[in-house]
Amino acid sequence: MTPSDRDATGLLTRPDHFVQLVTPTGERRADPEFDRWVADVDADALSRLYRDMSIVRRLDTEATALQRQGELGLWPPLAGQEAAQIGSARALRDDDFVFTSYREHAVAWCRGVGPAELLTVWRGSAASGWNPAEHGIAVPQIIIGAQALHATGWAMGAAWEGSDAASVAYFGDGATSEGDVNEALVFAASFDAPVVFFCQNNQWAISEPVGLQSKQPLARRADGFGMPGVRVDGNDVLAVLAATRIALDRARRGEGPTLIEAVTYRLGPHTTADDPKRYRTDDELAEWRTRDPITRLLALLTSMGVDADALEREVAEEAGRAAAELRAAVTTIPDPEPMTVFDHVYAEPNSHLARQRDHYARYLAMFDDADAAASGAEGGAR
Amino acid sequence: MTTLTFGKALNAGLRRALAADEKVVLMGEDIGSLGGVFRVTDGLKAEFGAHRVVDTPLSEAGIMGTAVGLAYRGFRPVVEIQFDGFIYPAFDQIVAQVAKLHYRSRGNVRMPITIRVPFGGGIGAAEHHSESPEAYFAHTAGLRVVACSNPADAYVMIQQAIASDDPVLFFEPKRRYHVKGEVDESASLADAKPMGVASVVTPGTDVTLVTYGALVQTARDAAIAAAEDGVSVEVIDLRSLAPVDYATVEASVRRTGRLVITHEAGQQGGVGAELAASVTERCFEFLEAAPVRVTGHDIPYPPAKLERHHLPDLDRILDGVDRVLGRPNSLSGVEA
Repeated sequence: MTPSDRDATGLLTRPDHFVQLVTPTGERRADPEFDRWVADVDADALSRLYRDMSIVRRLDTEATALQRQGELGLWPPLAGQEAAQIGSARALRDDDFVFTSYREHAVAWCRGVGPAELLTVWRGSAASGWNPAEHGIAVPQIIIGAQALHATGWAMGAAWEGSDAASVAYFGDGATSEGDVNEALVFAASFDAPVVFFCQNNQWAISEPVGLQSKQPLARRADGFGMPGVRVDGNDVLAVLAATRIALDRARRGEGPTLIEAVTYRLGPHTTADDPKRYRTDDELAEWRTRDPITRLLALLTSMGVDADALEREVAEEAGRAAAELRAAVTTIPDPEPMTVFDHVYAEPNSHLARQRDHYARYLAMFDDADAAASGAEGGAR
Repeated sequence: MTTLTFGKALNAGLRRALAADEKVVLMGEDIGSLGGVFRVTDGLKAEFGAHRVVDTPLSEAGIMGTAVGLAYRGFRPVVEIQFDGFIYPAFDQIVAQVAKLHYRSRGNVRMPITIRVPFGGGIGAAEHHSESPEAYFAHTAGLRVVACSNPADAYVMIQQAIASDDPVLFFEPKRRYHVKGEVDESASLADAKPMGVASVVTPGTDVTLVTYGALVQTARDAAIAAAEDGVSVEVIDLRSLAPVDYATVEASVRRTGRLVITHEAGQQGGVGAELAASVTERCFEFLEAAPVRVTGHDIPYPPAKLERHHLPDLDRILDGVDRVLGRPNSLSGVEA
């Protein structure tokens, strides 16, 4: 599917270039270098990407509602970043491995993570919701940028094993200031690790604008680390897909890492605990709404002769069903048993924790005994 | 039996671990062609190749974070931190990732990472080269912390640490790297004493003296000196600092009724503090006196010409023994 006949490196040495294949109004813009990487993406494939993006936006809205209703403790909305996440994740193979931050719900969706698995951690019911080995995606990372090193180590190991699988590190603009991300770029470059550094520059690190993190486009930093960098319109799913395919192709052929800066926007708050009105203007939000990733794709499909109304209706119904499933799933997540608080701290028996666990079990048992005594007294009265 | 230095015993243990499991990879700064600044990995790169013994960029967080990624893929990374005082850039990856990923992933992801740390002072080194940071890690759930004290243990314990499915902070007393001892390289790992079990290295009846790492030898010397003075000191090499083998420590304290703990690290919040508290909780009625700690001062590690005023030595340990026995000592007449 991915053309490998030409060296991709030349395409990625234009960090000032903003790759855009679909304009905000849905016009297809020709790009002699990137087009061939998405030559197979026909109307059907675009419709599938539209479906992905629409469904994850609906799920995201539903999850925010679930938080407002007290079913979730917290939710970090992805709204606005659907193209960046779907376009990149749909470029992956099953045997690739993804290390994300905490906002990549659409990436998790592409990796086959189910609704209950997705919500578990945000409901506070367990430390994580899925088995990474099952889905090829690590459990979400909350420490900013830490996962960039994990993706790099995984990729180094894959290369040492002779595999052509690649890893992707997802992180945001704020993370580019962290040591871990910079150290990951050094390691990946030095070891030619098959890793794609996928930076979603959504303009805001909670309340801090990207200008506080960097005085230049983030993709330009790639040059200093000795790897290609590319800046794409992160709200253009086709451009993101093309750039990710190019980077993965490089990785698989042993040419090493690539830094992709996907320029996008977080339409919602940092999390449901955040109030973006305190740090950004309504005008800015309105401006970015005109660059919405989903509406532009629908406009493109219309121009290609697809019955957009029918597609929109059909996908909306499907998204509604997915949202209902998500809502239903949240109540199926079991509340954890008290003693499971001690589970999985260690892989092997640990005498210290075993003793602490035993003492706490005895403490809890006092209440059982009290209950038993109380019911026993009642029984006696009968 | 072979006579090996401490450093060579570690080298032999690492070689055996590399040969036994192809998923074992060594990572660190200068560990390849140079063989490590203490030569612990000498010859291993030539024997196993650059993908098994990996010289890394100078970034402790980078080494630790990539080790996490390698563990995600099923490797068993053995990381060398060049000197104790260089571990702090990796602290976040150790505490927030290495220690917690098994818990966070509900047991789905294992972190069988061994973190080798040459630790402690006594070598007249520059700043940041003589520290004892073990308590930070003993305080962190999800980690195992061990310290070896002699070549025979070093040879076995490094292999046990690598074989462990839990992450292990492996502290090596750098001033003992050149000490020689008998090592049984033919012995089966399966028959070896588990690394979580403490060793009674000098039996005694009057005082229990607990320590680990470089001070084990000093404590044994102190026991010999005390014996000349008619005091029988039992020396316990703790070996595992987290979890602590309380069964061995308690059994000794129940017999002697007196506990002295000594370590190079500072006193406040140290391994000795936890030990004193736990032993007091567990066998208060057997204690004849309050536990005594003989530790480094609560100061930054001092310049080389002052380190003998910081490190517990034979005489300071004996002074601690006198304190726990209520014999004349440096604090006689002073209210504790």
